[in-house]
Amino acid sequence: MRKELGLFLLLIVVSAITAAINPLFLSGVNLLDMANLIGMFGVFSIGEGFTIITGGIDLSIGSMFALLGVVFVDLLTEYQVAWPLALLAIIAGGLVLGALQAFLITRLKMQPFIVTLCGLLIYRGAARYYTTDSSRGFGYGDEADTLRTLAAGHVYGVPNTFIFLVVLAVVMGVLLHRSVYGRYLYAVGKNEEAARFSGIRSNLVIAGAYVLSGGLAAISTVLLVFYTNSVSPSSFGNFYELYAIAAAVLGGCSLRGGEGSILGIVLGTALLQVLQNLVNILGIPSSLNFAVMGTVILLGVLTDQQLQARRKLAAATAGSARAAAAPALAQRGQQT
Amino acid sequence: MADTLLELAGITKTYPGVVALDNVSLRVMRGEVLGLVGENGAGKSTLMKILGGVTEPTAGVIRIDGREHRALTVSGATRAGIAFVHQELNLFENLDVASNVFIGREKLAFGPLMLVDNATLRARVAPLLTRLGADFAPDTPVETLSIAQRQMVEIAKALSVDARVIIMDEPTSSLTLSETERLLQIVADLKASGVAVIYITHRLGEIMTCADRVVVLRDGRMVGELGREALSHAAMIRLMIGRDLKSLYVPPREAPRAGGCTLTGVVTTAFPDRRIDLSVRHGEILGLAGLVGSGRTSLARTVFGIDRLIGGEIRLDDEVIAIHSPRDAIRQGIYLVPEDRKRAGLVLEMPIRENITLADLLHHARLLLIDRRSEARVARAQSATLSIKAPNIETQAVTLSGGNQQKVVLAKWLSMQPRVVIFDEPTRGIDVGAKTEIYTLMRGLADRGVAILMISSDMEEVIGVSDRIAVMHEGRISGLLEREQFTEYNVLRLAIGQALEPTESAA
Repeated sequence: MRKELGLFLLLIVVSAITAAINPLFLSGVNLLDMANLIGMFGVFSIGEGFTIITGGIDLSIGSMFALLGVVFVDLLTEYQVAWPLALLAIIAGGLVLGALQAFLITRLKMQPFIVTLCGLLIYRGAARYYTTDSSRGFGYGDEADTLRTLAAGHVYGVPNTFIFLVVLAVVMGVLLHRSVYGRYLYAVGKNEEAARFSGIRSNLVIAGAYVLSGGLAAISTVLLVFYTNSVSPSSFGNFYELYAIAAAVLGGCSLRGGEGSILGIVLGTALLQVLQNLVNILGIPSSLNFAVMGTVILLGVLTDQQLQARRKLAAATAGSARAAAAPALAQRGQQT
Repeated sequence: MADTLLELAGITKTYPGVVALDNVSLRVMRGEVLGLVGENGAGKSTLMKILGGVTEPTAGVIRIDGREHRALTVSGATRAGIAFVHQELNLFENLDVASNVFIGREKLAFGPLMLVDNATLRARVAPLLTRLGADFAPDTPVETLSIAQRQMVEIAKALSVDARVIIMDEPTSSLTLSETERLLQIVADLKASGVAVIYITHRLGEIMTCADRVVVLRDGRMVGELGREALSHAAMIRLMIGRDLKSLYVPPREAPRAGGCTLTGVVTTAFPDRRIDLSVRHGEILGLAGLVGSGRTSLARTVFGIDRLIGGEIRLDDEVIAIHSPRDAIRQGIYLVPEDRKRAGLVLEMPIRENITLADLLHHARLLLIDRRSEARVARAQSATLSIKAPNIETQAVTLSGGNQQKVVLAKWLSMQPRVVIFDEPTRGIDVGAKTEIYTLMRGLADRGVAILMISSDMEEVIGVSDRIAVMHEGRISGLLEREQFTEYNVLRLAIGQALEPTESAA
């Protein structure tokens, strides 16, 4: 929890400074806009976080958005498929792509980085070939109005995407921190061999994370499509996997696996969005957007590592002191 | 005492709240082998850290060649000729032998290009390897060497800096019997050439063979010094644990029962052309002896479902069982306490509680959500029964001593319903006190009717703990020994593939 608290404080400080320089930051419109973005980005960042906790990574989600996105728009406009069916088809598509990657990683023992990097290249290529590189968008018809309201609407001004993220985060939080699957996920991420020796089917556990990541990417696709209203296959979702990785890492996930929390990932997503917003609202040239983000992540992870090293050192001295004391206790126990 | 190389006088080291070393004085002579024994936590490693210049003593002086130092630095220790051969070897597997010996001290060539002069390095390492009787060349990649050979590389490294005192910390813990003998020979040779050796081990038999003098530490104090003539197992153990150890080993209270685990014609991936027949009865401890690499661990892995069973069948109480994964084995009540507990036994970063319940988590869950109170109850009960020494059940396993870590691994299985438990080197790297506890636990399990298969390379342990001994040689069971046939000689004969001598098998 210490990590999450630190991140939360950082979020507050950054927000306060921005608000102090430009009070528009706190305007209703701006806050709601940010909430909407946090909602959309949070959904797939959580999926990414699961794969990172297994010690892997999912680089393919940005391209999945493009491929699933163009198919989704086509299903609704070109083929006039009823929206619940189209939605189910897209989610199934995301799950299948995730399962495919999971199969390659767990069964054929390929490295996650390579599998999902190839996914990134293949899905993007497929999307561009399928559309011959032309954008797909909604016409002037009323395609899927209900779904649009669900995905892009708001309740009392609060964007549905944000509400959805909160609900999702609670569910995923319970899954990760309270369920048997969550415990297995951490165990496999930290020490797959010991997990296997305890009878845990580590392949299934790891596969679950990639399938979940694919599924959440599919849901994000739908949210993003209704946000942008059109999908350009060559740029839609570009780099979004990096936002997700950044959010997860800022939120305390270690790329070595076995560490991270849902709250951290959500806070990490929020911080990234606040930074983007800050660049706009403070009139910093938008070309510096990525540079600002990179700097903050670098400093954040650096600080966290330094603090952790110091804590570990303290624990180690305490540990060796305990080790030295323990036999003494045992001795006393035997004499009595 | 003109030949004193190194002297520690009144060394005290305190950590906040704890005295790790209390007024320890010791002397190392030129060309002697000094055995250093004591339970884990007795202060051996702190003492070695001080000699290596890693930590500073709180009080006391270190005298080297008559010069007094308040503390050593790492480079100072090296310059003074103190070298370490570590328990966990610190070699670069991807480099060759010569590069490893001279790592950080490479001879450079081609002036400003500063390229490594490999030829010179190899030429300089060759005589060192000859001196150690090594059977590999300086340009051999370390990854192709056995653990024993790697140890020689470490010793060569020590010799290459003209070490006068070589500290060996548990050097034989992963060596086979013949490799151990070879190492003891090397120690004798080093001694003959005037190098002093500080030999730290839990294996008192080795100390008996090679040490000129033994210093015993307990609770950070030097509790005794035994000269060659006063050296005996009993004397060392008495000093180490501060009392007489009637017997490390606990005799069975009940005779073995019918039924158990029977292997018929089992074929493992390690030895695809050998068939193994073996049976462990409920209530007995079957020792499984043999040289390292004789197929004992792969047999254990196969029965536990880690490695594939190629042929034959496994029966439990006369019922053929199919084991394709550890899950299957666990469901049948067949558990494995693995050889490498840090890698395969524990998730080190997890607390004791989570480690104990890891294999049985579904029992602590309702609707797949974990009931932490139920976990805590079991973890606390197990910690108490096994007397795991830790501040509480939320302590990370990584901070525990080897003995306590092993108890956590045991607790994991004991909290379930064991029918067969396989122990693979159960007491490796564990101190004498904790060893007794582990033996008592094993015997307690057997008395409750559990069938126990204990793989061990520690001869005293195999003979002391087992009710019967099976010996493996190159992937097959080369013989079975009943209690009255238990001798080191018999075990060794079978381990190297010879038959028992007729008189003995008749007995």
